[in-house]
Amino acid sequence: METVLTTHLADDRYRRIDGYRGSGGYEALRKAVSMPRESIVEEVRKANLRGRGGAGFPAGVKWGFLPKDFSRPRVLVVNADEGEPGTFKDRLILTRGPHLLVEGIAITCYALAIHSAYIYIRGEYVLEARILEEAVAEAYAAGFLGKDLLGSGFDLDVTVHRGAGAYICGEETSTINSLEGKRGWPRLKPPFPASVGAFGLPTLVNNVETLADVPWIVANGGERFAALGCEKNGGTRLVGVSGPVERPGVYELPANVNLRDVIYDIAGGLRGGKPLKAVIPGGSSTPVLRAEEIDVTFDIESMAKIGTMAGTSGVIVIPEGTCMVRALSVLMNFYAHESCGQCSPCREGTGWLRKITGRIEAGEGRPGDVELILDLCDNMMGRTICALADAAAMPAQSFIWKFREEFDRHIAERKCPFGNSF
Amino acid sequence: MSVVFSEAARAEFERLLSRYPDRRAVILPALHLAQREFGYLSDEAILYVAELTGASPAEIEGVATFYTMYNRKPVGKYHLQICRNLSCSLLGAERLIGHVSEKLGIRPGETTPDGRFTLSVVECLGSCGTAPVMQVNDDYHENLTVESVDAVLDKLRSEE
Repeated sequence: METVLTTHLADDRYRRIDGYRGSGGYEALRKAVSMPRESIVEEVRKANLRGRGGAGFPAGVKWGFLPKDFSRPRVLVVNADEGEPGTFKDRLILTRGPHLLVEGIAITCYALAIHSAYIYIRGEYVLEARILEEAVAEAYAAGFLGKDLLGSGFDLDVTVHRGAGAYICGEETSTINSLEGKRGWPRLKPPFPASVGAFGLPTLVNNVETLADVPWIVANGGERFAALGCEKNGGTRLVGVSGPVERPGVYELPANVNLRDVIYDIAGGLRGGKPLKAVIPGGSSTPVLRAEEIDVTFDIESMAKIGTMAGTSGVIVIPEGTCMVRALSVLMNFYAHESCGQCSPCREGTGWLRKITGRIEAGEGRPGDVELILDLCDNMMGRTICALADAAAMPAQSFIWKFREEFDRHIAERKCPFGNSF
Repeated sequence: MSVVFSEAARAEFERLLSRYPDRRAVILPALHLAQREFGYLSDEAILYVAELTGASPAEIEGVATFYTMYNRKPVGKYHLQICRNLSCSLLGAERLIGHVSEKLGIRPGETTPDGRFTLSVVECLGSCGTAPVMQVNDDYHENLTVESVDAVLDKLRSEE
């Protein structure tokens, strides 16, 4: 299989600029600055590159939302906040191939006439931020960033900006508020970031992996990138597999890979040959699948067809023997902790979901609690500024729909049938 | 007690200021810097960052308390942060938290009387493929077992 990213992620050799350049790094930027700007955008559009941050929005279309007039300076915000539980793919790019990202940023900014870029990296990634800072400094020194990059007359400044521990800051308007020095509260839209974003300026927010794909697209052409994937999903994706599998990790895979193959062939199946119980396919917010549902193509549209999402392609593998109420309770603790508190359906809803799942798990659930959870979910979804409420409600609903009997048993037996542990 | 940046921190702060079109944007980096300089964000540190950035102390307080990584209270020399999210839990994070808690004689959220260790239970650290994971100050320790976490703690204890 042809790969887009793995070539530069295989080991630490490509972390420094010499290693990266030694394998063709920054040649795409050199090519880009000799191309008309519009044709770079056109290649990305032809590539069918879908945003890799979880929502899967077509990157070329998003780029097209920036205003057509250049009267106001524009900003690129790189979303390196990677916070969705089960997701750890961008960390691999940041540690192994930071120059893939830096080159992607340079090309994107050149194509869209953006002169300042901020990489918003989650605060816990201290080592990753340091590696990225080094890469940015190396790129400045080599003339790939800064004034008159590669003699093109184009200026670009890139700044690494650390977050400070808040899941919500991965939501793009929250990222922007956090970058501006505020609490990470999402903004009501419109106005959309493309017209009023960071510092009041037109702003593009793209995920790390999305931008890291750009150099390959420019080097090899959008059509070739599109052909690596399947219809509507161009290229490859970094898939992270976690949980008790033989070979957890990040794998670059074509969009049309089968989810069962990801778990059993690529990740080696469950440790000790344990049977599979459930799979959360695309990060903790995506609806859970039962073991018998995983024979499905792992692309955005196929996953939507079975009522879930490819999301961030962070696959969490849950073995037989796991208490699903306990698993949901862990997730509900997370969302209640991370709700920013701005909208009451989310602030109150996530708190109640935590409380009710917690009491069911503790053997203190009451008859009607399951219906209460479903009712709460109905009152949370689509009623808030951002998607965090939906992100909490989707696992809650799907765990109940798919594993209802476990919830009922907890309530009827007044204890956890699994002995309260993982 | 008033606090003030060292010369190096002051220079770093000035460098940061030059990177943003708006002085307020330096608030998060300035709070990181203040925490590194002063160990934690005391009331005095909050006032100091407010003065430096031109924001009100209430605004700085609001930001500092919104984000989990800013400590408004002193933490131990080693801040042990164990992830309890799903991928880590599936691989024994709860057992690990219980073990560390017992070994150090403190519950999550507490600091050992000698001020060496603070134990925190945290949400996803983005290291699910190498779960379970514990962050000690800036560093990640991955693929942990009860034995390897003991080795980490023993090593930290011997470093004085």
